[in-house]
Amino acid sequence: MEALLALPIIRSLLPQGRKEIHLGDRFFYLSLKTFAVVIICSLVALVYLLWSIAAPAFANYGFHFFTVSTWNPVTEKFGTLAFIYGTVVSSVLALILAAPISIAVALFLNEVAHRHIGTLLGFMVEMLAAIPSVVYGIWGVFWLAPWMRSVVQPFLKGNFGWLPLFDGPPYGVGMLTAGIIMAIMITPTISSISREVFRTIPSTIREGALALGATKWEMLKLAILDSSRSGIFGACVLGLGRAFGETMAVTMVIGNRPQISASLFAPAQTMASIIANEYAEASSDMHRSALAAVGLSLFLVSLLINGGARLILWRSERAFRSRV
Amino acid sequence: MIWDLQRFDRRRRWKNRLAIFSLTALTAVAVLPFVSILGYVIQRGYPVLSWQFFTSLPKPVGEEGGGIANALLGSIEMVALASLIGIPLGTLAGTYLSEFGRGKVATTLRFTCDLLVSVPSIIVGLFAYTLIVVPMHGFSGYAGAFALLMIQVPMVTRTTEEILKLVPQHLREAGLALGIPRWKVIIRIVLRGSVSGLTTGVMLALARIMGETAPLLFTAFNNRFWAEGFNQPTASLPVLIYTYAISPYDDWHAQAWAAALVLVLFVLILNISTRIIIGRRPEGRH
Repeated sequence: MEALLALPIIRSLLPQGRKEIHLGDRFFYLSLKTFAVVIICSLVALVYLLWSIAAPAFANYGFHFFTVSTWNPVTEKFGTLAFIYGTVVSSVLALILAAPISIAVALFLNEVAHRHIGTLLGFMVEMLAAIPSVVYGIWGVFWLAPWMRSVVQPFLKGNFGWLPLFDGPPYGVGMLTAGIIMAIMITPTISSISREVFRTIPSTIREGALALGATKWEMLKLAILDSSRSGIFGACVLGLGRAFGETMAVTMVIGNRPQISASLFAPAQTMASIIANEYAEASSDMHRSALAAVGLSLFLVSLLINGGARLILWRSERAFRSRV
Repeated sequence: MIWDLQRFDRRRRWKNRLAIFSLTALTAVAVLPFVSILGYVIQRGYPVLSWQFFTSLPKPVGEEGGGIANALLGSIEMVALASLIGIPLGTLAGTYLSEFGRGKVATTLRFTCDLLVSVPSIIVGLFAYTLIVVPMHGFSGYAGAFALLMIQVPMVTRTTEEILKLVPQHLREAGLALGIPRWKVIIRIVLRGSVSGLTTGVMLALARIMGETAPLLFTAFNNRFWAEGFNQPTASLPVLIYTYAISPYDDWHAQAWAAALVLVLFVLILNISTRIIIGRRPEGRH
């Protein structure tokens, strides 16, 4: 467009005050750019400030910060292994539960369901992403946890109690409940991205499979699932990233006890929930610094996961474009 | 031989039926939590709702009654203050991305927004704490609003970019060909033509920050009374739900449910009206 405006004929057609116009454009462009730079600077400031308050803890505890599981604000002994364990196990648990369901939802809504039913159910699944985390929390505390305690956990203990995973007293709150609640929360993320991936597959491939005599399920497997494997993987990683940062609902149902236990029934603590629990009441500088260090680690890990997921999704999209 | 083929075929058909059935069943499993949450929130929250629930302050522990007036107002105030800055900032930055979106600054901004959107919201709370609570020597509504702002801006920026990109290129060209300066083309034609789309983006961002709890825990903190101005600790709906839900008092539990119902209704209404606006536009987003 600039090239077009640079042509002498076009220029002569412009109204008299074109210098003014030029100045107006210049001003507009520069002010928009200023806003853009302000936002970029805010991220830089975020990272810098987090680092500046977390640095004393890193300097003081070094690598032990991540390998020790004692967390004692009174004696100022800070090790985060239990929180890392809690975050990783609960998130992976959530992913294991959510991935098959989300992929089934995406397949059902895109390929199987009648259009109107698909719209309605799709709306309900997407609303799961809109419900605030704290509402999941209150539902978890008063509905899910008692149900887990009285129905699910006794059942698992009775039938699979020989596994160390399902051993121990059924408290209701704990790792398994947190995993289930996070699984519900990340289902819309995984399913909506999978749906987008499925949409990029041209319908000729579907029709080709059906024309060769494949049943619907065989078509779904051959034409859809096999060709979007990396896209689905990217969607799952993105869901994992969301689970890592989830705070309120998990804080309310995980039991908040910093321990490493083989049992999924046992209470645990995650990196996000320890910050939510203790930061407002942290009195010593070192305690605050240690919590900020947990926050900075969580931030970096979620950056890595999300960046990785986006890279995978972007690559799979490009690979698909080049193939078609 | 033919017998074999028929058996094979029958097996394939049964497999197909089984697969379709399990897809349907799994989808039902995924939808169930939504129904359960919504139903339970209504069932527990609705009986508590009353006029005085919305208009009175919390009562001291042990006294029945009391309401959420200060939390409701605190939430609205902080969301409004955040939006006052966040919506123009996000919209203009999004306009920059869509209209001048080449070059290093634009790429960096896109990347920044992607990162900010995926940052756990509690980290934003840590940032607001260090930047505002520490220098001001106390929890404040300003800090809460700032934390919400940090969550809102990247969302609005990215949706604005996406929506403005839907404006056909020939509209811009037509404006420019008439000799209208570029900035006027952008404001009068591109932005004004996408008002409904931009509104939906803003509404979704509002719904999102209205329900944010984690970044408010140690920025706005909480308050059992009215906050006199933004430089005091301010109560908010999500933090109230959190503190009431983990408290040991039955009366507070009931009020937490009612507050949760208010919050869920707010979020659902915003989301549903967004759908209606998108559905009504001639060229929908999908």
